[in-house]
Amino acid sequence: MLKITDLKKSFALPDRSRLPILDVPELQVGNGEQVVLIGESGGGKTTLLNCISGIMVPDSGQIEIDGISIGKLSEAGRDRVRAAKIGFVFQTFNLLPGFTALENVRLGMTFANGKHDRDRAVDLLSRVGLQERMHHKPAALSVGQQQRVAVARALANRPTLLLADEPTANIDPSNQQKIIDLIRNCCAEENVAILMVTHSMHVAEQFDRVEKLEAINRVVASPSSTA
Amino acid sequence: MNLFHIAWRNIQQRGLASVLTMLSMALGVALVVLVLSIGWVVSESFSRNSNVGYNLIVGAKGGALQLTLNTVFYLSKPIEVLPYEDYLEFLPGNGRAEEIQKIGGRIAEPERKGLYSLYMGDGFAIPVCLGDYFGRFRVVGTKPEFFELLRYGESGEFEYEFAQGRNFQEYSEENGYFEAVVGHQVARAMQVGVGDSFQTTHGDPEGDGHGQPFKIVGILAPTGTPNDRAAFINLEGFYLMEGHARAFEDLTNPDELKEDVDRVVKQQPSRLPLEKRDVTAVLVRPGSGLFAMQMQQAIKKRPNAQAASPIEEIGNLFSNFVDPVKYALLALTAVVCVVSAVSILVSIYNSMNERKRDIAVMRALGARRDVVLIVILLESVLIALGGGFLGWLVGHGVGTACSSLVEDRTGIQIGFFTMTLYEWYIIPGLMLLAVLAGIIPAIVAYQTNVSDGLSG
Ligand SMILES: Nc1ncnc2c1ncn2[C@@H]1O[C@H](COP(=O)(O)OP(=O)(O)OP(=O)(O)O)[C@@H](O)[C@H]1O
Ligand SMILES: [Mg+2]
Repeated sequence: MLKITDLKKSFALPDRSRLPILDVPELQVGNGEQVVLIGESGGGKTTLLNCISGIMVPDSGQIEIDGISIGKLSEAGRDRVRAAKIGFVFQTFNLLPGFTALENVRLGMTFANGKHDRDRAVDLLSRVGLQERMHHKPAALSVGQQQRVAVARALANRPTLLLADEPTANIDPSNQQKIIDLIRNCCAEENVAILMVTHSMHVAEQFDRVEKLEAINRVVASPSSTA
Repeated sequence: MNLFHIAWRNIQQRGLASVLTMLSMALGVALVVLVLSIGWVVSESFSRNSNVGYNLIVGAKGGALQLTLNTVFYLSKPIEVLPYEDYLEFLPGNGRAEEIQKIGGRIAEPERKGLYSLYMGDGFAIPVCLGDYFGRFRVVGTKPEFFELLRYGESGEFEYEFAQGRNFQEYSEENGYFEAVVGHQVARAMQVGVGDSFQTTHGDPEGDGHGQPFKIVGILAPTGTPNDRAAFINLEGFYLMEGHARAFEDLTNPDELKEDVDRVVKQQPSRLPLEKRDVTAVLVRPGSGLFAMQMQQAIKKRPNAQAASPIEEIGNLFSNFVDPVKYALLALTAVVCVVSAVSILVSIYNSMNERKRDIAVMRALGARRDVVLIVILLESVLIALGGGFLGWLVGHGVGTACSSLVEDRTGIQIGFFTMTLYEWYIIPGLMLLAVLAGIIPAIVAYQTNVSDGLSG
């Protein structure tokens, strides 16, 4: 369902030269497949996710999601694909502070055409164990609870691919496993593919498929690129 | 959740700043509504009174506006007078000769017709003498025809009616020449009724009393015209009061050309003779409205007189004075609205930095650039319209609270939903302001870089 071929991405440096970050000849993720991506800090993992989600435009190469080649789409078209096909879980949760948990989940549906399924939002929140907290704003939730809301939000729109960028990095160890289990179980139930970035070997070990960025990326991280 | 909901949440998120900007917009709109309402009341009251039932006001040479303000609205400073002879020239048919015989005194060519009698046809001329006060109200010395022949209302559809009593008579057995009628506000404010007597004061409200009392025989029903705020006394009685006979020589009508005419009616007490009489103004309606212009030109050539067209003067008053003031006030209040629009801009713009991440998140969730732009614009529009609606309520609330006062003064009723036509422009006006205020932060939102926003 995700098929990347010959993806190249570089960033412009202040001296107008370009700093290559990614050169990925091939990466594929099947329907409902759960893949973990590990790699050096500054290696380009977040950049890769951003290219897949259409937030960043690669220099060249193909990215196909469910058969749609997003490289050919306009920005608005990529936004539409993102709204319809991709769920996001961030390291810093990124819930909107002015909205309740339920509203944050419903926001995940708002931007795709016409799917205003309140029941699903409620159902998702119940599934992540927050049925009692639906009308709380993020500030009134614990860190773990906030990330659970973020997971529910990412799934709200019935995506086919969930991108998670270090979803447990900001969570205390006792809760980390719960979040990982939650993401994996929910995605398995709905046949959502996962591409998850993590620095935790403990997390990576649980996945059947572990991709090391350095192995699939032809660009060798230069000493300066530490983030 | 729709975009309105999102915009509304963002407004709530900014809490106090939103409330304050909304209030400042409310203030601006309330002021606009009030200025429009006041303007409407003023123009309404003037236009209701611009149909005074006559075409021309003839008075001493001077400012036409001042003459109009004096005779129609009982406002402005007193003006010069005309000799009674000039009034006689306007009487239709044989009216001049008849009037001379009724009053008696020295006058030139007592038998001839009035100079303008040909124009007059079945029209009329009514003399008016101003200068006295009853309390703070103007006293108008005039003839009973004032209430018999004049009409009021926008198309002159109303006759004067008496809430109590009757019109005054030129002479009655009971009260002689000293009958009076008062407007309904005068009756209320001075607490007088039919059967009461009052004395006028000369020159200004605090002036000396004139000895001779007038008996109130009638109280006008409310008209919404300035006549509600005046007391009307019989002209004959007016002339008999101390100090109302002419004190100076009439240069336009030299005495050597005049001859004595005796009164026909002997049994009534004597009247002030013709040569001692002056009038402040003559209200003239020619036989045909078409003659009015010709008469105005002819009167202009007289050495001492002018003829003002009240409709024209009131129109001029509006275009030269009332409208500019109204527009200046409107411009000022519009500035208040613009200032509050700027405060909306500042408040949203200031929040943009903190919201970079929120916007990036919305984009990551699939919101298109134009969607986040619209959300910000909606915020601005909602604040402006919310404040505007509040201001509209306040403006009309204040208007309604003042309605009894206004009705008392002008006869004009303001209801809560009395809307001036211009008020409808407030809505698109506010939308425009809101969009202008919102567009800068909206563009910032539009340009927010998603990956920067997420990592920042
Ligand atoms: N907008 C940008 N402009 C220039 N350079 C960038 C930009 N975004 C990322 N980089 C650089 O690209 C490289 C890869 O960044 P990226 O965030 O993808 O790394 P990462 O693998 O996610 O690292 P980490 O594990 O620390 O999150 C880094 O050297 C970073 O400095
Ligand atoms: Mg990263």
